[in-house]
Amino acid sequence: MNATASAASDGDGRLLANLMHFGRALRAAGLPVGPGKVIDAVAAVRAVGITDRRDFYWTLHAVFVNRPDQRLIFDQAFHVFWRNPELLKKMLSLVLPQLNIDAPPEPGSEMARRLAEALNPNPETRESAETEIEFDAAMTFSDREQLRGMDFEKMSLDELARAKAAIARMRLPIEDVPTRRYGRDPRGARADMRATMRAALRSGGLIELKRKSPRRRPPPLVVLCDISGSMSRYSRVFLHFMHSITNDRDRVFTFVFGTRLTNITRYLRYRDVDLALDRVAEAVADWSGGTRIGHCLGEFNRLWSRRVLGQGAVVLLITDGLDRDAGTGLAHEMDRLHRSCRQLIWLNPLLRYEGFEPRSLGMKAMLPHVDEFRPVHNLESLETLIDVISAAAHRHTAAAQAQASYGMREE
Amino acid sequence: MADAKPSPLPASVDDSLAMLGRADYVADRSLATAVHLALHLQRPLFLEGEAGVGKTEIAKVLATALERRLIRLQCYEGLDVASAVYEWDYARQMIEIRLAEAAEEGRDEIESTIFSDRFLIKRPLLQALEPEVGGPPVLLIDELDRTDEPFEAYLLELLSDFQVTIPEIGTIRAERPPIVIITSNRTREIHDALKRRCFYYWVDYPDAARELEILRRKAKGAGEALSRQVVGFVQRLRTMDLFKLPGIAETIDWTEALMQLDVLELTPNAINDTLGVLLKYQDDIARIQGSEAARLLDQVKAEIAAAPREA
Repeated sequence: MNATASAASDGDGRLLANLMHFGRALRAAGLPVGPGKVIDAVAAVRAVGITDRRDFYWTLHAVFVNRPDQRLIFDQAFHVFWRNPELLKKMLSLVLPQLNIDAPPEPGSEMARRLAEALNPNPETRESAETEIEFDAAMTFSDREQLRGMDFEKMSLDELARAKAAIARMRLPIEDVPTRRYGRDPRGARADMRATMRAALRSGGLIELKRKSPRRRPPPLVVLCDISGSMSRYSRVFLHFMHSITNDRDRVFTFVFGTRLTNITRYLRYRDVDLALDRVAEAVADWSGGTRIGHCLGEFNRLWSRRVLGQGAVVLLITDGLDRDAGTGLAHEMDRLHRSCRQLIWLNPLLRYEGFEPRSLGMKAMLPHVDEFRPVHNLESLETLIDVISAAAHRHTAAAQAQASYGMREE
Repeated sequence: MADAKPSPLPASVDDSLAMLGRADYVADRSLATAVHLALHLQRPLFLEGEAGVGKTEIAKVLATALERRLIRLQCYEGLDVASAVYEWDYARQMIEIRLAEAAEEGRDEIESTIFSDRFLIKRPLLQALEPEVGGPPVLLIDELDRTDEPFEAYLLELLSDFQVTIPEIGTIRAERPPIVIITSNRTREIHDALKRRCFYYWVDYPDAARELEILRRKAKGAGEALSRQVVGFVQRLRTMDLFKLPGIAETIDWTEALMQLDVLELTPNAINDTLGVLLKYQDDIARIQGSEAARLLDQVKAEIAAAPREA
């Protein structure tokens, strides 16, 4: 038809090969690109024609990009690859061996360790966890300095079993909420006409009215966990808790904060708890530092609340309320958070030493804005934590009680 | 008989861009490429972006420009097959059964009668699969992020094969697939399986030149001076840490509000009086109102004075 078509038939084979290599390069860089996408890309390029570099760019963009955060990687890969395909391949070959060697054997070796432990109760010497590099994580976070590292003790078999049992019996103050979907229920309030009609056709004669009622499901859960210095002794328990609950139900979103906010939901989706924790340890840059609760909550409100609190989520805020910024702006952000979610639960692991004064400015600012206040005095295990969360709800008086018991009043 | 020949699709990216332009949609070339691909390869177009950047408008514009019927499915939590695809007209079925029994018809006969087209209430998704005079319709699945995962999964069959299965009748398949536009405000992530079947496009806020062009077309009658100031002001707001940045829809609304108040040029007072049209959160309004608005306005005026006038 036009010049592009004839040119394409001539260089078709080479274009095909290049598109395939480009697809592979994107996959190596962490984009979900399979053979199907490459075939789509070929069809798309044919539909648009290769006359204009910008059109070519946006054609491939429409096919290969699925999420806004992939745009940057695509953009870089496109410009490097289509200027010189060899260069990108060379760059990736520098990275690929690490990926190939480090990543795949990891789950296996963890399994082996646990298996060995099960067969032989004597604790074996632990090797230091080797750092592993995940390509797309490295690309996203490369500009971020590692403030402080973290190395978690691996979870024992016994701990793992107890954690599972504990999570299974956990009950949040708000457990199930009615959805707008209906399920069959003989005592339901509504008539299920579809089921009635089917039954009528089967039996004939008298039409028996079938009933339905709204189905219930747990609301989404958002966990915001403080990992600053004052909380560091509990970090392991909390991360295990967050990992277990992420893998126990759907719609769980997890964030940790100290001086900055990090979304760790993706890392906790790894089934293997030790692997997941290693990934979290790498991704989070501010372990055991200071706390800027107000700043981090503000960041959450601005960047994430609309994306994760949309469907009536329950927010579990885990912090001791010790704030480096002395509560500046905290009341305001707490208020906003409180008004954007179904329920706000504050879990506070109190320090144990004598003379602890729970009257920090942070606490004062936060208490008026929570629905449930749950102090924990002896937080040693996941089970204690879950017992505290599952305790019978105090309902709306929780904040008032807490204020009374600490002698705090709003001005 | 009406003309059965469907209106032609644009032949190239340039044509697509021109077509959107003729329908008063000022598009980026990148968006025109995505639209062109969706039209030609008969795949859904998945549009994501902040509220008020003109995602829904694209579907409306396509329907107008191509002279197709627009079928809109507004998503909400709990949206089910009965309100999205089809439902049986139970009341009429009941009457039919009673009548048939009175006439002593056989069971099989009754069953084949009451599960026929006559008693089928067609909802948007089923309507979109039906052949239309003038070409396949434009199906707008708006704010998909508001539904739940089960409905998203249901859409997979529909969007890849353009067919739905009704147990009592069988599979209904579109002779020619509709033009599907899906929008999402990103209040949650849509599953990759669904996105994989679509062409993806992130609709961003427009740059100053494009926003000015949009105002020229959408807020006819606004003076050039006012439009420039409005665009400059809104563009500055978008660089700030606000809870909700104003979209294009807000820019147009604001300009119209200012015109209603006979404002020919922005003043701090005029901004303070109408800021509620532009910003929708009290915190944001409190932050901008007063001295901050005046400061921004001074910057905008200085910028416009410094820029060379367009011919």
